[in-house]
Amino acid sequence: MSGNADDFEAAIKPPAADQVATFTERKGFLARLQHALHVNPALVPLFVLLVSILLFGALLGSKFFSPFALTLILQQVQIVGIVAAAQSLVILTAGIDLSVGAIAVLSSVIMGQFTFRYGVPVEIAVAAGLAFGTLIGSINGWLVAVMKLPPFIVTLGMWQIVLAANFLYSANETIRSQDIEQNAPLLQFLGSTFKIGADADGRGGATFTFGVIAMVAIFAFLAYVLKHTAWGRHIHAVGDDPEAAQLSGVNVKRTLISVYAVTGFICAIAGWALIGRIGSVSPTSGQLLNIESITAVVIGGISLFGGRGSIMGPLFGALIVGVFTLGLRLAGADAQWTFLLIGALIIGAVAVDQWIRKVSA
Amino acid sequence: MKKLLIGTALAAITSAGSAMADGHAVSACLITKTDTNPFFVKMREGAEAAAAEAGITLRSYAGQVDGDHETQVAAIETCILDGASGILLTASDTSSIVGAVTQARDAGLLVIALDTPLEPIDAADATFATDNFLAGELIGQWAAATLGDDAANAKIALLDLAVSQPSVGVLRDQGFLQGFGIDLADPNVNGDEDDPRIVGNDVTAGNEEGGRRAMENLLAVDPEINVVYTINEPAAAGAYEALKSIGRENDVLIVSVDGGCPGVQNIADGVIGATAQQYPLQMAALGIGAIAAYAADGTLPENTPGKDFFDTGVALVTDQPADGVESISVAEGMELCWG
Repeated sequence: MSGNADDFEAAIKPPAADQVATFTERKGFLARLQHALHVNPALVPLFVLLVSILLFGALLGSKFFSPFALTLILQQVQIVGIVAAAQSLVILTAGIDLSVGAIAVLSSVIMGQFTFRYGVPVEIAVAAGLAFGTLIGSINGWLVAVMKLPPFIVTLGMWQIVLAANFLYSANETIRSQDIEQNAPLLQFLGSTFKIGADADGRGGATFTFGVIAMVAIFAFLAYVLKHTAWGRHIHAVGDDPEAAQLSGVNVKRTLISVYAVTGFICAIAGWALIGRIGSVSPTSGQLLNIESITAVVIGGISLFGGRGSIMGPLFGALIVGVFTLGLRLAGADAQWTFLLIGALIIGAVAVDQWIRKVSA
Repeated sequence: MKKLLIGTALAAITSAGSAMADGHAVSACLITKTDTNPFFVKMREGAEAAAAEAGITLRSYAGQVDGDHETQVAAIETCILDGASGILLTASDTSSIVGAVTQARDAGLLVIALDTPLEPIDAADATFATDNFLAGELIGQWAAATLGDDAANAKIALLDLAVSQPSVGVLRDQGFLQGFGIDLADPNVNGDEDDPRIVGNDVTAGNEEGGRRAMENLLAVDPEINVVYTINEPAAAGAYEALKSIGRENDVLIVSVDGGCPGVQNIADGVIGATAQQYPLQMAALGIGAIAAYAADGTLPENTPGKDFFDTGVALVTDQPADGVESISVAEGMELCWG
């Protein structure tokens, strides 16, 4: 920097603070933003989420900007949110899982039918549902990792298989909410609500369900695991470059199988939460969960090319969709506007992702 | 021995062939929206029983999901090639299917729309269906009569089927409003009414999940809603869950249409106030009868007088009968329910 080769003093002088400051200032606002987003990819969806909440709040006033309405959004996105957490894991490995919704629904059907058709104790039925989800996930993982089949194809097939099995096994029979309440309330556990700040009649106020808590807990847990454990690091590494990961000692096959298995397990939890949410066990619900979860993940800024993105992004992504849906509904707009705007958000999110990728380290 | 077997087989085939030719082998097709919905399962059972009785060969086809139009078109084409005498069809896409239906009718097949009228309704030779407008009207009248004087101050939520407003969703919704005593504006469109008692419309996809979400959305608009119309009983069950979560399940009147067994049971449990019950078994059995008659001597089915379709009947099911509205009890409803 000094340009004087004889100025040995400069070499031992500590780097001056003002020099560094000058350097970053010259980088410009856009470049700094690009860098910040590269380090923290969840900032974009968080920003969009906050802006959309403020926008609808200003537009609709207390009808939207109330603890009741805002926690309602949490309740409405809990299922998609949980599934999106599972989807994120797979997408981080540069895969995709189209069977998530079907796994969730069949798991919920298994929990219900085991209890009501076979009279199995409800705790065991729930465990069986969770085990089933994990099993299907492991099969997906084995086909992807060991058989080397593309994840899109494997899960496209598994989606059809699980969905058809769901209808065949359940005969499309709904188990009614009242029966569940009487005989197996544990199935509805994740739907139990508690309120903060409701009036004397129990109206208004912030309403939470255990399903919402479960969603937030799953995201928090995954955020910790992905950042601070070897397994989490391996997922990023496999997604970024599986060959390099293999060469540096990561067991790619085992990592992939475990990722799909955990995904199946989390989907089964979503199935359990689904029973709580709709009260009954209904084989026809959750048909669009795969698309909705991918939407949340993409809006949440996780790169479909794998390896990059923050796990909290999809939570914000799911919430953005929830805010738009309820906000536009309260504003009296045609439901199609919601889909149109969400479509624009998806494309916008991928465009931002491409732009961030250009950052030169 | 082998030769003998082949000979017998050949004889069997030729005799079967001649028997078919002699008997003017009548075959019919049943094409439903899906084969998983209990409503269509019951419909297929009704058709199979009636076909076996009339000596008709029945082939059943179904879309994979509700809205699966392509599979239904392919099924119609298969039936034409197959030389069937008639088709019973519950169309997923009521206007787009008309081209394929016309093709079948031109080929000499009798096409009967079951449950869901085509657009236009005369695109099929006949329509055997529930009078969905009447079904809505019955629950509307019942709700108004049950509320009595409070009907003037009711706050109504309308939980419809889909954004595209399929005819069944419009007929039930508009029938309900007519029965309740609300000006319909355009009776072919949902949501254009300006009566202040209506809090809003939302769509449910006809399942629990959608019912709950739609109810929550409308409760966010006005938490004092006290009358809820629902397109069907699963949507009603979802709406009930939403009301329960805010502790209002006991001061809201929910009405519905369909008459499936879980729905009727929900009336007994106080989830739904009343439902209008329809009869899929009857629809299918009558449809097979019509195809048999057409195959025998070309008789075309006739419509119910005063309607542009054949009305297969509807009954109001409730345990709280209201003055001036005819109804059957939950016990009677349970005997007639499907699914």
